[in-house]
Amino acid sequence: MNQALRLTDLPAHLRAGIYRYDSTDRDFLAARVEEFRDQVARRISGELTEDQFKPIRLMNGLYLQLHAYMLRIAIPYGVLSAVQLRQLAVLARRFDRGYGHFTTRQNLQLNWIKLEDAADALAALAEADLHAIQTSGNCIRNVTTDEYAGVARDEIVDPRVYAEILRQWSTLHPEFTYLPRKFKIAITGSTEDRAAVQVHDIGLTIRRDEAGEIGFRVHVGGGLGRAPVIGSVISEFVPEADLIAYLEAILRVYNAQGGRENIHKARIKFLVRDLGIDGFRALVDEEFAAMQRERYRLDPAHVAAIAARFAPPALETLADTAITDPDPAFAIWQAQNTRPNRTPGYVSVTLSLKPVGGIRGGMTADQMDAVAELADTYSLSELRVTHIQNLVLPHVRAIDLPVLWRALTALGLATPNIGLLSDIIACPGLDYCSLANARSIPVAQALSARFADLARQHDIGPLTLNISGCINACAHHHVGHIGILGVDRNGEEYYQVTLGGSATDDAALGAIVGPSFPADGIVDAVETIVQTYLTLRQDGESFLAAYRRLGLAPFRETLYAAA
Amino acid sequence: MPLLEQGEPIADSWIAIDDSTPLPAGQGVISLARFLADRPNGPVGVRIGAATTPEQLAEVAARAAMVVIEFPGTKDGRGFTLARRLRERYGFSGEIRAAGHILPDNYVFMSRCGFTTAAVPEGTDLRPWKQALTRFPKVYQLSA
Repeated sequence: MNQALRLTDLPAHLRAGIYRYDSTDRDFLAARVEEFRDQVARRISGELTEDQFKPIRLMNGLYLQLHAYMLRIAIPYGVLSAVQLRQLAVLARRFDRGYGHFTTRQNLQLNWIKLEDAADALAALAEADLHAIQTSGNCIRNVTTDEYAGVARDEIVDPRVYAEILRQWSTLHPEFTYLPRKFKIAITGSTEDRAAVQVHDIGLTIRRDEAGEIGFRVHVGGGLGRAPVIGSVISEFVPEADLIAYLEAILRVYNAQGGRENIHKARIKFLVRDLGIDGFRALVDEEFAAMQRERYRLDPAHVAAIAARFAPPALETLADTAITDPDPAFAIWQAQNTRPNRTPGYVSVTLSLKPVGGIRGGMTADQMDAVAELADTYSLSELRVTHIQNLVLPHVRAIDLPVLWRALTALGLATPNIGLLSDIIACPGLDYCSLANARSIPVAQALSARFADLARQHDIGPLTLNISGCINACAHHHVGHIGILGVDRNGEEYYQVTLGGSATDDAALGAIVGPSFPADGIVDAVETIVQTYLTLRQDGESFLAAYRRLGLAPFRETLYAAA
Repeated sequence: MPLLEQGEPIADSWIAIDDSTPLPAGQGVISLARFLADRPNGPVGVRIGAATTPEQLAEVAARAAMVVIEFPGTKDGRGFTLARRLRERYGFSGEIRAAGHILPDNYVFMSRCGFTTAAVPEGTDLRPWKQALTRFPKVYQLSA
């Protein structure tokens, strides 16, 4: 198929409002690609050493993995157009082996990239206004948000507007591109936190004060990794106008005083811990007070201009009506994988990238093309990537659901397991990653096969199960209701289990249940945990609620009774 | 050691002075420790390290004529914050020179944080340095 044709977009009146690049954004991106092309040439000529080149390639999304380079492509705050998804399919075919993997940072990873092809890959991304800037390295990473932003019923303010403002602010920031360690920001604008703001370096919660003015509650120093921490509130309300100034003050204190000696003690959470939240806040307040705040002021006209880019097209006037289908499987899928939007008659549809036995978050290039087509037809040409590693069609007319469900079923993307046990988050693990101690993918596959019976999963109810292949916690195992961590015990893969984690408003870190399990025992261990819950739960009690009532003891007893 | 301003080599009118050499009548650059201990009069330059505190920086901004900020490694970004604090927080208007482990890839960041000159090693290919300042048609944030 012709490249120019593939990149043709739907007419504007048929598309959702999302931030679309203007010519200056495109010129910037083109310059960035050419800069990287020169840098690769300087590396190949030996002018740049590998040590000097490494941070440069990382900040262009290029990671050296076990077998080859991996390219981590930014999907800013998880918003993707159909045109962009088609271009990702082009890249997956040309540079990977026809696959891509969506991540908990709402990004897409391609494996098997060759260094000499990397600049061409970035140029191909730029054709669709995509890039890999700052998806790695010790800089401000892709800002993440709620996958239902702009359509959720419980939304107070659309977080995409501020996520885009922060994307621009953080892109090639002259002062904050060589921080002590990576820096992750999440933002939510709804009453329910679907962006895990309490486990990020900075978490922003949009609020309105009594006068209705917009501001932000700011959490700082949260994070997972080898020392998981729930963030502390540094400010209950930063007015919109001061958002950039306040973030600069935090970053400036961190850049100046964050640990740089030990990579494992360099995240901002350690500085906050060492100074105490009050001590850290005092330094930030001092910096903030000394800043030329008027220069940093976020101009309401700029906010309004960005907000206008996200304005939805005129939606049809529809009513919320019950949608039925003769096939009973439809109702199960509809209940589990769709949720009503704030516009009556419209719903958000989650495409499960978690089929039985499949690779979590993985998608083939052919699926990407087909889903882009469905997005054009049913969702105003827009998609979202979720931090649970699924995709969302955010603007679907409820009356289209039966047709869409059949199309998704044919593509293998309609497994009705969203929010259930087999909706597992898993990192690439030892199959790809040079940091991993153990494999994650086969454990997730085995668990999804063991619990393939959907009626049983529905009986078990809401349950998050997160599997990381090492303590860097890419799959957020600490905040899974059940968390699984791969560890290396004398060269053998073992799995440590935590219970009771949560990534949402009631954020909590899981507690270690006891000694870790060998690879051939981990699926049985999860089975035992689930059985224990089913036996002990009281009417309607979720797994997490039951755990909070019961504690670790009954799970320990059943897990280790035989030993 | 070539000195660059706006990507072009310029003459260096400052002389590096170690702690055991008496301060010359001309323009000498001394260590931060000596600067803080001796409180010299007249136009003097100061070499500061990445760990310089805001209090020390305030002192430097108030009394030094130029500042050399040493980057201890190409991955250490503290120098950017030091330059920015000198310009924005302490109102320093003299020369700020980048030295140590610096790369042309970060030249535009240095310039935007308030550095005016860069001391690069002998034999440096100046082409990427010149190119760096004009490469990007747009920036997304304030500069110092």
